[in-house]
Amino acid sequence: MAENQTLSSNQKALIGAGLAAAVGAAGFLLARRSADVHDDAQNISDAPDHTWRRKTGRYQEGLVGRTVSINRPAQEIYERWRDFTSFPTFMENVDSVEDLGGGRSKWKVKAPLGSTVELVTKIIEDQPGVTIAWASEPDSQVQTEGRVEFFAQAPGRGTGVRLTLKYDPPAGLPGRAVAKILQREPNVQARRDLRRFKQLIETGEVATNASPSARKSETPTQATI
Amino acid sequence: MRALTWHGRHDVRVETVPDPEIVNPHDAILRVTSTAICGSDLHLYDGYIPGMRAGDVLGHEFMGEVVEVGPQSTLTKGQRVVVPFPIACGECFFCKKQQFSCCDNTNPVETSEATEFQYGYPMAGVFGYSHLTGGYAGGQAEYVRVPFSNVGPIVVPDHLEDDKVLFLSDILPTGWMAAENCEIEPGDTVAVWGCGPVGLFAIQSALIMGAHRVIAIDHYKSRLALAKQLGAEILDYREVDVREALAEMTGGIGPDAVIDAVGLEAHGISIDNIMDQVKSMTFMVTDRIHAFREAVLSVRKGGRVSVPGVYGGFADKFPVGAFMEKGLTMKTGQTHVHRYLKPLLEQIEQGKVDTTFLISHHAPLEQAAEMYKNWHDNQDQFTKIVLKTQMATPKQEQEEKQHELA
Repeated sequence: MAENQTLSSNQKALIGAGLAAAVGAAGFLLARRSADVHDDAQNISDAPDHTWRRKTGRYQEGLVGRTVSINRPAQEIYERWRDFTSFPTFMENVDSVEDLGGGRSKWKVKAPLGSTVELVTKIIEDQPGVTIAWASEPDSQVQTEGRVEFFAQAPGRGTGVRLTLKYDPPAGLPGRAVAKILQREPNVQARRDLRRFKQLIETGEVATNASPSARKSETPTQATI
Repeated sequence: MRALTWHGRHDVRVETVPDPEIVNPHDAILRVTSTAICGSDLHLYDGYIPGMRAGDVLGHEFMGEVVEVGPQSTLTKGQRVVVPFPIACGECFFCKKQQFSCCDNTNPVETSEATEFQYGYPMAGVFGYSHLTGGYAGGQAEYVRVPFSNVGPIVVPDHLEDDKVLFLSDILPTGWMAAENCEIEPGDTVAVWGCGPVGLFAIQSALIMGAHRVIAIDHYKSRLALAKQLGAEILDYREVDVREALAEMTGGIGPDAVIDAVGLEAHGISIDNIMDQVKSMTFMVTDRIHAFREAVLSVRKGGRVSVPGVYGGFADKFPVGAFMEKGLTMKTGQTHVHRYLKPLLEQIEQGKVDTTFLISHHAPLEQAAEMYKNWHDNQDQFTKIVLKTQMATPKQEQEEKQHELA
């Protein structure tokens, strides 16, 4: 009797597994099908624009972004960001930012293969404690738009800080791919810069692994990857 | 200074490297007095952990004397301190939640992306443990830079000798947290896989926390003897079928909680482990999870699984069915060492926790490479090695060194 029960439960398990597999396969096919449909009415996700997939409703070409949580009030973080001339302390690819007055700043930025580009940006939106947005002036070598937003999060989670950048890569998409490989791609830079900014504000320093090693080419005060 | 450096699989050397310097405001520099070789250092030695670079200084269990401080350090020169192996900033969301080994800010941006890609979020910095966790130089050296020295190090009283407090850096709190993660209730039986230092401290901790019984599993006789000495019942898996033995010893109920203090390089002759070994050699999986599997299959229904053993990548045949159907709870993670420093130091001072019983060898730092080999090849005899920076090298060795110099 007991054996019969075991057998039948085993059979049930097998049937169950078979059913699960069939449902899984059907689901997979359906999912693939629906992914091919680009009806605006079906674009329902609440996620920020820069996370949307290509060919979906809120996708924007060239828009990249990153969000971090910083354990400080929004106003304080806003004030730290508002001083563009401090950017070189946490933005690895920014050599200098000069305040030209009237919301205009002149940037010297490292570009792939050791070159530098200069651009002048102007603040186009400035809401204390909420957001700062800037855009390059038309005669700049690189066209870029940036925005940083500060928003309240759930209790105990600090302030959400979202940096989004929009830029036209100098040599189009292939240029972007090259920049990515050389780690001068804005998306890579943005997420690293933002994390450095967070470290600086939360702890007062940017973490570095500068340490002794047996590698002759390095010194104990130099960061290594 | 002299330091133990990694150069490849089974190739570590003691050599002269530059002294560390203060780089950031919260830094301090220690003159290391004692440093231990950890079981997880063997994963580096065996080449299992990616992100190592030839020339890296190893060591994440160390203590010493403060010799230099940055402007924001809260330490003062001359203090004797023990340093937790994870580096924590004390300010981020995770540190504020006392989840110090999850710190968001101590793995430098340049090195944290690997774990961000692999695990979803960047892991905290750790001393001497590959560039995945920051690429910080470790403390198996004469001197070490301690970042965020305002948060991690604990000052220890002079009357407690190094051997008594050194293990606050890792294995003592790791064993303690492993037992804590078992959420022990009166009457509980806790089974512990692996009687290395962490397993032994987990056994001791579980008994202090009120476990009714602890059953320890290993195959090294001297390690099992230490477990027995602590009050555990022991199983040599070469003598018995562990799952059957555990079920029989617990009246068919099974252990209430299980601790995997083995990690990704499980030993053992079983079909699943041999398959894992073959696959890991052919890079089809990275972690061998035999001990973990056996623990999940052995624990009672509704039981708790605690995993202090180190895993790094992906594994095969995760018994997800047993895990779900039995209604298990798993707790794991790198130890939030900072949380346990004060209470455990108190227990050491009161004589409630013995930290010296497992030390089998003391050796000068100069012999560190040889000690790594012993630690790897002779795990039965070498249960814990403490390296001393000030210990004289035995005479014969000194003569050999002089020959080399001449």
